Amino acid sequence: MQLTSFIVRRYFLLACLGLARGLSGAVAQENSDCLGCHGDRSLATQRGGKSVPLFVDEKKFGTSIHAALPCVGCHSDLQGKELPHGSPPAKVDCGPCHTLEQKEHAESLHGRAIARGDQLAPRCPDCHGYHDIVAVKNPRSAVAPQRIPWVCGKCHQEGSPVQRQRVIHEDHILTNYSESIHGEALLKKGLTVAATCVSCHTAHTILRHTDPRSSINRKNIAATCTKCHSAIEAVHRKIIRGELWEKEANSLPACVDCHQPHKARRVFYDQGMADADCMKCHGDPGIRASKGGRTLFVNLGELRSSRHLKTACSQCHSEVNASRVRPCETITKKVDCSSCHADIGALYQKSTHGMLVAKNDPNAPVCNECHGTHGVLGKRDPASPTFPTNIPDLCARCHREGKKAAVRYTGTEHDIIERYQESIHGKGLLKSGLTVTATCTDCHTAHSVLPVASPESSVNPGNVPSTCGRCHHGIEEMFNASVHATQRGKTDKRLPVCNDCHSAHTILRADTEGFKLTIMIQCGKCHEAITKTYFDTYHGKVSQLGYTKTAKCYDCHGAHDIRAIGDPKSHLSRENVVATCQKCHPGATRRFAGYLTHATHHDPQKYPFLFYTFWGMTGLLIGTFVVGGLHTILWLPRAIQMRRKKEMPRPEEGKA
Amino acid sequence: MTPDEGGSRMEPRAEPLQGERQYLRFSRLNRILHVVMIVSFMSLALTGMTLKFSYTAWAGILSRILGGYETAGYIHRMAAVLMGTIFILHINDLARRKRREYGSWKALLTGPDTMLPTKRDLKDFVGSLRWFLGMGPRPRYGRWTYWEKFDYFAVFWGICVIGSTGLMLWFPELFTLLLPGWTINVATIIHSDEALLAVGFIFTVHFFNTHLRPEKFPMDIVVFSGRMPVGEFRDDKPAEYEALVNAGKLDEHLVDPYPPIVIRTIRAFAWTALGLGFGIVVWILYAMLFAYQ
Repeated sequence: MQLTSFIVRRYFLLACLGLARGLSGAVAQENSDCLGCHGDRSLATQRGGKSVPLFVDEKKFGTSIHAALPCVGCHSDLQGKELPHGSPPAKVDCGPCHTLEQKEHAESLHGRAIARGDQLAPRCPDCHGYHDIVAVKNPRSAVAPQRIPWVCGKCHQEGSPVQRQRVIHEDHILTNYSESIHGEALLKKGLTVAATCVSCHTAHTILRHTDPRSSINRKNIAATCTKCHSAIEAVHRKIIRGELWEKEANSLPACVDCHQPHKARRVFYDQGMADADCMKCHGDPGIRASKGGRTLFVNLGELRSSRHLKTACSQCHSEVNASRVRPCETITKKVDCSSCHADIGALYQKSTHGMLVAKNDPNAPVCNECHGTHGVLGKRDPASPTFPTNIPDLCARCHREGKKAAVRYTGTEHDIIERYQESIHGKGLLKSGLTVTATCTDCHTAHSVLPVASPESSVNPGNVPSTCGRCHHGIEEMFNASVHATQRGKTDKRLPVCNDCHSAHTILRADTEGFKLTIMIQCGKCHEAITKTYFDTYHGKVSQLGYTKTAKCYDCHGAHDIRAIGDPKSHLSRENVVATCQKCHPGATRRFAGYLTHATHHDPQKYPFLFYTFWGMTGLLIGTFVVGGLHTILWLPRAIQMRRKKEMPRPEEGKA
Repeated sequence: MTPDEGGSRMEPRAEPLQGERQYLRFSRLNRILHVVMIVSFMSLALTGMTLKFSYTAWAGILSRILGGYETAGYIHRMAAVLMGTIFILHINDLARRKRREYGSWKALLTGPDTMLPTKRDLKDFVGSLRWFLGMGPRPRYGRWTYWEKFDYFAVFWGICVIGSTGLMLWFPELFTLLLPGWTINVATIIHSDEALLAVGFIFTVHFFNTHLRPEKFPMDIVVFSGRMPVGEFRDDKPAEYEALVNAGKLDEHLVDPYPPIVIRTIRAFAWTALGLGFGIVVWILYAMLFAYQ
């Protein structure tokens, strides 16, 4: 084909030469003028010792897309020249009309090769033809979809000068393509919508895959494929937002990593990037990294039983290059799980762990520290380190006292692992085996771990009620309606949240003696004066002796649903107070409820009766002691005197 | 505790034992009542103080020794019932003796052995003060001295005040059917402070005045044995002694002393009570002076 057009061109030029000579001085330049010579089938010229036909088929030209144009419209250098023209006309420049295409082509691989003077580089007519160019959509077009493989294949096939003399990385392009799913669809099934060469490489902007502007550059390949496979990410990765493939193409496997260019088949990973190819080397238990000597062995059995059993090596180890003998030699970065687990990755990066990793802290845990590598299991698998019952041990690896995370911790929580194990949550989880019990990650989250001081932390005081409320929902509702809830409390002081009373890691069952007694201390930390007066009453005194049966703060005020006394819903409102007393004192009446549970005899304004009773009694006490004491002291010398006297005369029986 | 009024004069004579015969000052009933009262009072004091001084570590320990606050409360109430019983028995004894010996309350209350304060008591009190200050001789005390009468009525008062407020605290639901709720708070203060007064007074002033006076040292056990040597009786209560001698009735009041084993038992009990009492005083002082909250 190439050869033919070469000959045609030569003939054509020769014909022009002859015409120019014969028609010198003539001005009329109708197409018929040109065809006067070039309409002759035998018109030819000798070029390089070869006969080149210069015949232009008027019929074909008449049906071409350029039929309406004069010959000199393209052969513009002949314009106004006398016909027949003597010298061969210049090569036709399509640019004046096809400006954009010309520009694209000039910048393309082909265009630059032409600029370099590469004789093998294709020009417009090499693909599009000469006088018989028809519309692309016309099935007769040289660049109609079903012909494209052959148009490109002219040069890009085995044995062609281009394939032999130029550096083309791919081999058997045409063969592979024709066997690929695209090629089969196009060539065997006649599906003209199937991808052809130009669908991926573009028609005119053909660039090296290393060029960032190239349609087959890693960054753009997804966009290129999704021109047709527009919903493909839904099939592949439901959790990846569509744009991720394009935005973070460097961290994701590109389409061609798995679906080899030109060889794409519906059968997945049979060739090239299949796990089997990786396992050729990594299945050897002895394989070690040349640097550092760590083992690079991949236990396929472990991988098969993992959560990622359907994930190919290259999906995680994404920088592989399929065209290399060792596709993995192009890998420069560690596996980035956020390629697929994008949301989790984003959370992790904001967490303390993630921020430390960003600072290159060697102690900071990355994904595999907790989740493992090839054997990664789901959190519902009891063998997984992230299974609830294994989480305390998992976190303890760093957060146990003396370990690398604990030694840099400066807060007040210590021995957290041991304390947790003794707490109600720890016992529930580890002794009772309740996997729904709160573990480290239930409160601290798994991936958004942040220090208490951070407002976004799940354990920041502002968020603690909702964190605990994820399990203790009913309590949270009560708490949020209580005076202690920040949205209701009318104070500028810091209001308590769950852990202020229940502690963070030492949480006890609320029905244990120890908890019941310490809770009063907890209330007293803020309600200092009122707690003191409570301890002046019978209830308080018994509690202080270490017994829990008498009323404590929460028995009357409620625990989580503490409300202002004036609130009708308060346990101590006028409506409810008698019933509250009746919990312990079944015979309680409204008068009984008038007992002052926080009475103090030190406040004459508030409790005059108590104040004056106390001082009356104290006066009586002091008066009696003063009189009695003085009487006794005054008596003492005389009594001693009497004894001395008595010792003389007779020993008495009573003092034997 | 307090000496009670009037011992029976007609104590039946036992077989004469070795040693001198002794003056019988307290009847058997009164002696028993005093011992029971000691037990009751100590129990009340110990159990009550654990609550009053609950802020001391001691109280917690003691409360646990006593079996917890509920058991302690039970002991407290039972001891209170015992105390009430003693009170009733004593009133009953008075009524019996009024019938048998005096015929009328007036005779009992105005007789020479009355527990009611008299002019003579005022005279004795002034005389005592003069004696203490070296301005006169020791008054010639009669059967019941003014400080013994004070102790007696202090108990009367104490039982009424502490007993009534104690009932309020025992049955608050009942009492608040009539009284406002804050009266329970008032009752608590009265009960607690009056008890403190009683405990403090008895374990210091009363102990000294009646048991530990130097001339009686180490201990006067007459309230347990009922007997005192005639010589001591003569020195201690000269007026009563002389009245009996002049009336020629001294002999009616003499009995044989208890054998040493009984005396030793009495002493052991008395020392225990005394030690317990002093222990409580020390605890009170510690609680009020060093650990007050």
